[in-house]
Amino acid sequence: MSERGVGTSARRVGGVDRVTGAQHFAADVAVEDALHVGLVRLDCGHAAIDSVDVSAALEVDGVVRVFTAADFPQPIRRFGPRFVDRPVIASGETKYHGDPVAAVVASSREAATRGAAVVEVGYTELDGVYTVEDALDPAAPLVVDPGLRPDDDPLRETNLRQRWDWGWGDVDAIEADLVVEETYEFPMVTHFSIEPHAFIAMPEGDGVAVWSSIQHPYLLQSTLSDLLDLPKAKVRVHAPDPGGGFGGKGFPKYEPLVASMALQLGRPVRLVLTLEETFQAVRRTSTRIHMRSGFATDGTLLFIDALDDFLMGAYADIAPRVISKSTYFVAGPYKVSNARAVARGLMSHTTPSTAFRGFGAPQIAWALESQMDAAARELGIDPVAIRLQNLAGPGEDIVPGDKPADGDWRQSVRIAAEQLGWGEPLAPGHGRGVAVGLKASATAGASYCILRLLQDGSVSLIAGTSDMGQGARTILTQLVSENLGVPMERVTLVMGDTAVVPFDYSTSASRSTVFMGSAVVDACHKAIANLRRMLAEQREVPLDDVSFTPGEISVSGEVLSLPEAMDDLFGTVPGEIIVSGVERGEGVAGHPLGGPASFYEFSCTASEVAVDFETGDIELVKHITVADVGRAINPQHVEMQDEGAAVMGMGHTLMEHLMLDRRGRIRNLGALDYRIPTFKDIPTSMTSVLVENGDGPGPGGAKGSGEGGLLATSPAIAAAVSQATGVVIRDLPLTPERVWRALQEQHDSVESQRKA
Amino acid sequence: MTEKTISLTVNGRPRTLGVSTATTLLDMVRSRLELTGSKECCSEGECGACTVILDGEPVNSCLVLAVETDGSTVTTVEGIGVGGMTPLQESFLESGAVQCGFCIPGMIVTATALLERNHQPSVDEVREGLSGNLCRCGGYTRICAAVIGAVSSGQTDV
Repeated sequence: MSERGVGTSARRVGGVDRVTGAQHFAADVAVEDALHVGLVRLDCGHAAIDSVDVSAALEVDGVVRVFTAADFPQPIRRFGPRFVDRPVIASGETKYHGDPVAAVVASSREAATRGAAVVEVGYTELDGVYTVEDALDPAAPLVVDPGLRPDDDPLRETNLRQRWDWGWGDVDAIEADLVVEETYEFPMVTHFSIEPHAFIAMPEGDGVAVWSSIQHPYLLQSTLSDLLDLPKAKVRVHAPDPGGGFGGKGFPKYEPLVASMALQLGRPVRLVLTLEETFQAVRRTSTRIHMRSGFATDGTLLFIDALDDFLMGAYADIAPRVISKSTYFVAGPYKVSNARAVARGLMSHTTPSTAFRGFGAPQIAWALESQMDAAARELGIDPVAIRLQNLAGPGEDIVPGDKPADGDWRQSVRIAAEQLGWGEPLAPGHGRGVAVGLKASATAGASYCILRLLQDGSVSLIAGTSDMGQGARTILTQLVSENLGVPMERVTLVMGDTAVVPFDYSTSASRSTVFMGSAVVDACHKAIANLRRMLAEQREVPLDDVSFTPGEISVSGEVLSLPEAMDDLFGTVPGEIIVSGVERGEGVAGHPLGGPASFYEFSCTASEVAVDFETGDIELVKHITVADVGRAINPQHVEMQDEGAAVMGMGHTLMEHLMLDRRGRIRNLGALDYRIPTFKDIPTSMTSVLVENGDGPGPGGAKGSGEGGLLATSPAIAAAVSQATGVVIRDLPLTPERVWRALQEQHDSVESQRKA
Repeated sequence: MTEKTISLTVNGRPRTLGVSTATTLLDMVRSRLELTGSKECCSEGECGACTVILDGEPVNSCLVLAVETDGSTVTTVEGIGVGGMTPLQESFLESGAVQCGFCIPGMIVTATALLERNHQPSVDEVREGLSGNLCRCGGYTRICAAVIGAVSSGQTDV
């Protein structure tokens, strides 16, 4: 193992630029003569656009042009990863608070903003669909034009975009000793990347060049190719490292608009969203889960029966996949013989929901794990014990016939309990909770890379994964260093340009280390094979006489360093060794998810809280996350990710909630009114423990990681609050007001019983 | 909109330029001076990504008008660690305090100002001092450890 190879906590590649301010994010890219865009939005959730008068905007000094739907090919072009439903710009009606009606293009951002403020939109506000109840009301307006849905879609006259019916065994045939039946709410929360989304586009030759803070540049390339009728080769996507993505930057949003305008104007155009605009662009799919869980008196989980209502937004984006994937794993990491899950994907006049760290699994875990705690209370079983009893052991099914449990998950639970001090005496007002979560990783999808072994033995790796904070650059560099024996500082990574970097399906589902990592290892092996073959030919010796260990080549007993070997080969006529690496997940035809998960991300959270009975405030005293990662290529990076996920989970557990009024308007747009965790909200003590059993499919037995830490945050903290106070809360977030009200209700009910 | 000519010192270099009275200090350093290390997120003084040191005080540059800085001294992240990273910057990298990095310039600037006035801050003082800086990657414990670590490295030249 080289000094900074696999298993060591090498410093972040790209870290120096990040601490000195030299790192260029999308909004920092200087493109000469770029025009600025200001978007025109309406102050309501749903409206018919009657007229748009741009004359006053055109009078504003600096305004070049104002685009509305009428300025684009008709019918308006649409895009979307699952359903092609999102228009380039609102056409005929706005479908959510912030759906852009017009785009003002000007020589400065100030002029664009001033211009946008004076575009006169005549509109008629319409009734909207803002809640699950609204969406299920047969009298509610239809969010999706039935004309955009297939004629044979039986749901086309409803707000149900898609329904999933799934399960195994026979739930109705089971007679359980205990049935826990409750309803759980997981609200709308927004990604709040500190880097707001930024987009730049300009004509380039006979095509277009686009810069975007996007996680999946190849998907964007494909989307623009379709929309603009350009071959992929004429669509160049530059994807600077995003300043946080968390799923919110996965799928195209305003790039089609910005690119279309740039091509019409023949000039570069840039749009940098405000933080408020990002709230209107991305959010997590809010969820109401009604769950029945059946148990035997000994705690054995006998069945799960769930009805999951997911409130998608105005356009489907990737939400259908969020729903299908989380619903498929309705039993989480448990082995249960009978399960039934019905999921309804409901359209609404709200911000289109999209991928968000955990991808539906935190919503399911909130219900599933709270049910386990309810059963533990009812049956008098320890919460740790009931989980150990029901968790699937290694190789046991969690969905019959699909990929079985790929880790020793009970080990993680035991570690979490021990680290927290489970069972030790508690101070008054304190409580402890434990919960587990499972997130299925990527199924199908491919990653390609190109590795150039240069004449001096240094390496240029060209790989299309986005480094949005998870540290992909570091991990991939470590893999090259480990496999070729090249010091990390002699490896350069080229990323983020579809014109030169080969295809990568996506940077999502914690797939990069496993998929791109495996492609990089494949490339290293091919480079070694080429090197051996070329040396054998040059020296006219059998191939078996040339052997490679990282950093050293032995030719018929003579030991050469990698630079020496390369110089031998290319000293006279310069050259290099070029290879490609590939990792493909082909999927399985007919599989409900397109194929089994490559690996499972399993996490256990154990938390101790102190509750202030006067204010309802929850203080996090100690918070433990245990991540089953197979193998940590860079332990420090994995821990950072896991801790960061935990902090994000604390946000949606304790404070985050997009609040809509009855007109569908987000009432807490912006950082002042939408709180995320700060330095002062984090626990006094926070620990991330990694379980490394080498049982993953990636390099060295690695699994993906980085989402697990937030899967079980809510149920663990809520269980701790329950233990501390005796109240059970089933709606997130656990704000002081909500906790205080629950405590008052409990108090009132005890009082009235006492009086009676 | 009126323009005014201002003179100030930015990262040790005297600058004179005409700015609109509506231009923020953040816009000026990013767009006019091409110092893009200061980041824009919330534009209302809540996130700290745009923090610069103005006459010795860390400020949210999105809340300061450029014309207010006439005659002032401004240090942006680009003015920290010139000619070699400071112990604080080194400590950020060693502690694993950097994930996506978008909040980090603001963290570095705020922590630099903090350490200039308090050479030995406690954990609580660091948390308080940096509480106006948001990190969505959730790197708070490591950022805090990095600031403490910069002190314990024994060097006061932060």
